Amino acid sequence: MGLLYGLIAVGLALIFGLMDVTNFAHGEFLMIAMYASFFLFAFFAIDPLLSAPLVAAAMFVFGAVVYLLIVRFAMRAKANAGMVQIFTTFGLAIVMRGLAQLFFTPDYRSIPQSWLGGKTVSIAGIFLPEPQLVGALVSILAFAGLYFFIHRTDFGRALEATREDPGAVALVGIDKNRVFAFGWGLGAALVGLAGAIMAVFFYIYPDVGASFALIAYVTVALGGFGSVFGAFAGGIIVGLVEAVTALMLPPSLKSVGIYAVYLLVVFIRPRGLFGSM
Amino acid sequence: MDKNFAARRRRDLIIAAVLTALAALAPLFVKNVYVQNILVLTLMYAALSQSWNILSGYCGQISLGHALYFGIGAYTTELLFTKFGVLPWFGMLAGGTIAALIAMGLGYPFFRLRGHYFVIATIVIAEIGLLLFQNWEWAGAAMGITIPVRGDSWLKFQFMRSKLPYFYFALALCCLAWFVTWWLEDSKWGFWWRAVKDNPEAAESLGVVVFNSKMGAAAVSAFLVAVGGAFYAQFLAYIDPESVMGFQFSLLMALPAVLGGIGTLWGPVLGAVILIPMTELTRSYIGGSGRGVDLIVYGALIVAISLALPQGLVSLFSRSKAKGATR
Repeated sequence: MGLLYGLIAVGLALIFGLMDVTNFAHGEFLMIAMYASFFLFAFFAIDPLLSAPLVAAAMFVFGAVVYLLIVRFAMRAKANAGMVQIFTTFGLAIVMRGLAQLFFTPDYRSIPQSWLGGKTVSIAGIFLPEPQLVGALVSILAFAGLYFFIHRTDFGRALEATREDPGAVALVGIDKNRVFAFGWGLGAALVGLAGAIMAVFFYIYPDVGASFALIAYVTVALGGFGSVFGAFAGGIIVGLVEAVTALMLPPSLKSVGIYAVYLLVVFIRPRGLFGSM
Repeated sequence: MDKNFAARRRRDLIIAAVLTALAALAPLFVKNVYVQNILVLTLMYAALSQSWNILSGYCGQISLGHALYFGIGAYTTELLFTKFGVLPWFGMLAGGTIAALIAMGLGYPFFRLRGHYFVIATIVIAEIGLLLFQNWEWAGAAMGITIPVRGDSWLKFQFMRSKLPYFYFALALCCLAWFVTWWLEDSKWGFWWRAVKDNPEAAESLGVVVFNSKMGAAAVSAFLVAVGGAFYAQFLAYIDPESVMGFQFSLLMALPAVLGGIGTLWGPVLGAVILIPMTELTRSYIGGSGRGVDLIVYGALIVAISLALPQGLVSLFSRSKAKGATR
């Protein structure tokens, strides 16, 4: 679970770190990805495991389009830039939730039987549910891929450079909008991947994103803004804390532990664990 | 410059007096209960947003957790009323005081945080409050509290027959929040806040006075919001954690100020006057089908307004920073 939180959060961290924009529609990105995975299963019987790359690819396009159509303009605001971004993406989140209600109805849906559903495997005597295990594996692979991508390829370097100095980058002939659109696409693709896997073991409904979004923000902030590695580490910590609080407190209070740990960490280290800034 | 400022302040006060008088007469012409209901909510959100604006707009400490104070105001009042029979008027003051103390207590660690870290910390603390109230059996847990009917009186702050007393109280609260903002704008605190917001590094050299002015902003802001929460609880006669402390409340409080013009005297009022009726009307005319169309319209309007007018609607009125300023 922690690794999945990490995967959701890495996508958010990428967008955050890349251009300092808070995507308040991140949870709704997740929701859309879960629906996409659900419908691919319901209509074409494509198992979520197979559809995950498809969903991720579709989300990549979606994220890039959202950037080009909306976020690009929000970033131009000189005054109150922070608030404009918060409320633009928040408005977008409301629209997406409304659209989901309109087209998919507010009903709860789930994917009844997938290749993975309900099975468990035993590793060294510990029984682990298969979907979660696969989710964890996919998360690690995706994270490794992203890390490689950012640090080893030209485009990754362009991303980093654009983040550090958009002005200078323009002089070298890199199109800022293309880089940022790509970054948004990548962030959305990662959350798409997470959504496709989570569709197997969570109910899917229009508001589902909201319950994960706050945890994703906390995860990113816990790791430190601007650090993709931090987001991943934050995800693991959040997952562990959740598991521990679930043992001590009633289930309805399990998030309190996560929030308390977040507050504790930022009070001691106001920049998060791995934040540079 | 100084003369202009003084003249502007005098003009603001006169406009406010005229608007209040006009608003006070509104019920003479509006007999429709549904419309009266919208007017009450509009005034309440104007008051809440004005209070939120003190900390987040003027002082630049963007809080998306003010629902915490709203909920504390509502719960303190109703717990005191239903469990101990304390009149809502005292509950209101108690709620405001508790909220202000909590805001100051949170200020110590929170004001060290910058930017997103601060915003997320405020969301998180409100969420913790929400979860605790949802699990607190004595306070009704997730079921909430239904406020018993004790008749029509100003003493008990309950009115069954007419919405007008609520309307006048909301108007008074709105005036109070506006006046406090107006007054603080030209105070020592007001100058420090501008320093904090415009140039945090330079403000840091002012050290302790800046910290104190932030604490002041947090306390005043929380107190007024809690009074609003107490009012809302009496108005609805029913509260539960999600409906008074949910995250959407924190946003609803911030939205009018953001749309109207954050950190301005008139922004929250203007924003509320446009946003709240719009929300209520889209909800009742398009939202009836329960199919989310009202959400789509509402969300799209928020996106459109924040993109088109990043400085808020107030910027339409000020000639001095006309075109070019937002580019």
